[in-house]
Amino acid sequence: MKVEAKLEFQTSAAPKTGADLLIDLLIKEGVETIFGYPGGAVLPIYDAIYKAQDRIGHILFRHEQGMIHAAEGYARITGQPGVVLATSGPGATNLVTGITDAMMDSLPLVVFTGQVARSVIGTDAFQEADVMAITTPITKHNYQVQSISDLPRIVKEAFHIASTGRPGPVLVDLPKDVTSGILSEPLEESELDLPGYQPTYKPNSLQIKKMAESLATAHKPVILAGAGVLHAKATQELTTFAEKHNIPVATTLLGLGAFPADSPLSLGMAGMHGTYAANMALYETDLLINFGARFDDRLTGSLKHFAPFAKVAHVDIDPAEIGKNVPTQIPIVADAKAALTELLEQTEISPTTESWLEKLKQYKQDFPLWYKHDPKGMCPQWLIEAVHKVTNGDAIVATDVGQHQMWAAQYYTFNKPHRWITSGGLGTMGFGFPAAIGAQIAAPESTVVAIVGDAGFQMTLQELSVIYERNLPVKIIIVNNGALGMVRQWQELLYENRISHSLLHSHPDFVKLAESYGIRGVRIDNQEDLVASLPELFAFEGPVLVDCRVLQQEKVFPMIAPGKGLHEMIGVKPV
Amino acid sequence: MKRIITLTVQDRSGVLNRVTGLLQRRQFNISSISVGPTETEGVSKMTLVVDVEDGQRLEQVTKQLNKQIEVLKVSDITDKAIVARELALIKVSSGSQLRSEINGLIDPFRAIIVDVCKESITVQVTGKPEKVDALIDLLRPFGIKEIARTGLTASLRGHQPQSNEQTPYSLTAR
Repeated sequence: MKVEAKLEFQTSAAPKTGADLLIDLLIKEGVETIFGYPGGAVLPIYDAIYKAQDRIGHILFRHEQGMIHAAEGYARITGQPGVVLATSGPGATNLVTGITDAMMDSLPLVVFTGQVARSVIGTDAFQEADVMAITTPITKHNYQVQSISDLPRIVKEAFHIASTGRPGPVLVDLPKDVTSGILSEPLEESELDLPGYQPTYKPNSLQIKKMAESLATAHKPVILAGAGVLHAKATQELTTFAEKHNIPVATTLLGLGAFPADSPLSLGMAGMHGTYAANMALYETDLLINFGARFDDRLTGSLKHFAPFAKVAHVDIDPAEIGKNVPTQIPIVADAKAALTELLEQTEISPTTESWLEKLKQYKQDFPLWYKHDPKGMCPQWLIEAVHKVTNGDAIVATDVGQHQMWAAQYYTFNKPHRWITSGGLGTMGFGFPAAIGAQIAAPESTVVAIVGDAGFQMTLQELSVIYERNLPVKIIIVNNGALGMVRQWQELLYENRISHSLLHSHPDFVKLAESYGIRGVRIDNQEDLVASLPELFAFEGPVLVDCRVLQQEKVFPMIAPGKGLHEMIGVKPV
Repeated sequence: MKRIITLTVQDRSGVLNRVTGLLQRRQFNISSISVGPTETEGVSKMTLVVDVEDGQRLEQVTKQLNKQIEVLKVSDITDKAIVARELALIKVSSGSQLRSEINGLIDPFRAIIVDVCKESITVQVTGKPEKVDALIDLLRPFGIKEIARTGLTASLRGHQPQSNEQTPYSLTAR
């Protein structure tokens, strides 16, 4: 993946600019693709990209929000920082949603923004925005480069910070006079200067011992696996650990794939729309072992009723997450892989879990996920199962936010890691389709499906141009129910059926829309047609948009209403 | 409860904004903040007085501050043996006939007069916030025209007694 390259200063007769240096530094960091959009303040950088076009790739998106979500999808699949380049002012502010999304979901991004020249910063110059102030609370760190000579250090630090510890977005603001400035002499190799940044990877052995002791005496242990397991690439270790001690595993929304869903120990997803078995396991457990999840409110429900009988062990690389929401008796600041490796060595006595597993098995049997088949229409849950079937459960699935996202999480069961891309923490509509583009760029040989809603898709659909232009074979499944389904569901359940502005009364013809972008579009209204055409659509070599008209009134169940505990689920059985 | 938290930070542009922005975003109330250079070039020290409800929130604020890349060290020194001081400049209405009275009043506080003009004098006082508060109360009847306070700055005493023999520093509400 990494491209070896040296800073070369003699190759070109033309003077080297700050922008040329920047591109060299990106190549040195192993960057293959820039997700970008040009503009006035980044013209020097685009000139450098032009000159270096045989050494580094660039993909032009149609909106900065689309491109940063694509970079997030890329980062989710590769584990490498997605590199984003936008111009100053509106270019930078259009990135704000994506930066916040990456911050919430711990995705490594290095975001470069143009800035007006230093001499006019602070004068409300054309396309000036105070990007540093705007992005300080939504980045892991940010920089404004004050001199060309700082560039090597800052670029190096930006990639280091973005991709180590708890990953996150780092922004580098580049004043135009810095990127257009001429480099007077070659710069020395730069070292990291980060005395205040030393993430802890290795667990404290005392806490590991404490955990081993607690495990040996537990009767109802449960593992909660979050995205931290995936970031640490520790799925194998997690599986070995769970199987060694016979501990059931629930995953978070972002942790789907961290543990094989087809394992008998798997309880499925926990949380607001999680399975009954997973949520009841978290409620009844006497030892909750959290690997890399942050106890988000959509997972825990009411904190008052969360794991009330449990001793809590929490493994997280970010110490600030431990004890933030849930009191924790065994805090383990560590990388999930390092902690699991240590635990595998240090835990000899397994808990006795037979009756616990038996009870959970009964829960799974008695309260499985359910929906009512309707042969006349198309059930959205059934649609997801059909997509799972046609892709052998092995596709990379990116979703938007809302009902379709929850159905995808529930019914596209993931047995393997690094196939699930969704906006969890921020819940960003418009995320799914561009994220799928980024994933397809990262994994050109994989089947990539964008499962999106009819509303969210319209927030970033302009990126259809990109999949046409690059012939990226993304398969777009629009779960079209003519509504902001999740909003409507809450209005029905919690606002006495007052359906306020959550129905979409007019839609474009999505098929014609796709065709106008040069992309194949298909509309499907019923299960029969879907079964007949899906294999061919997924075998098609280019991108396809499938407008699936699903039953409009379906709701996502089971559900924990806001303010309720994990044991107070509704809709666990068909009515 | 009020806590005194000291931070050593890299002296880079925007670091104060990071710290105050973080406290605001996580809903911590800053009572005072003071910043200045340290014995090490490129390193500054901040002293924060923050209002936190409980130990869990306190732990959260120190952890969040520690996460900042440019923050080198975070210490809650409230329960340690510390020297904590604040400086205040208090401008008091005063004709010449009242000056000796004010002088007599501020003397036990080891305060000094640092500026004099026809209508007012400015008193400089250094000490714990309670002492500064007390002097301000005493001067109020003369008519206070302006108060400027630095906020608390603090450092650990050279000798730290065993935890059972010390009395924690108290910060009473103003």
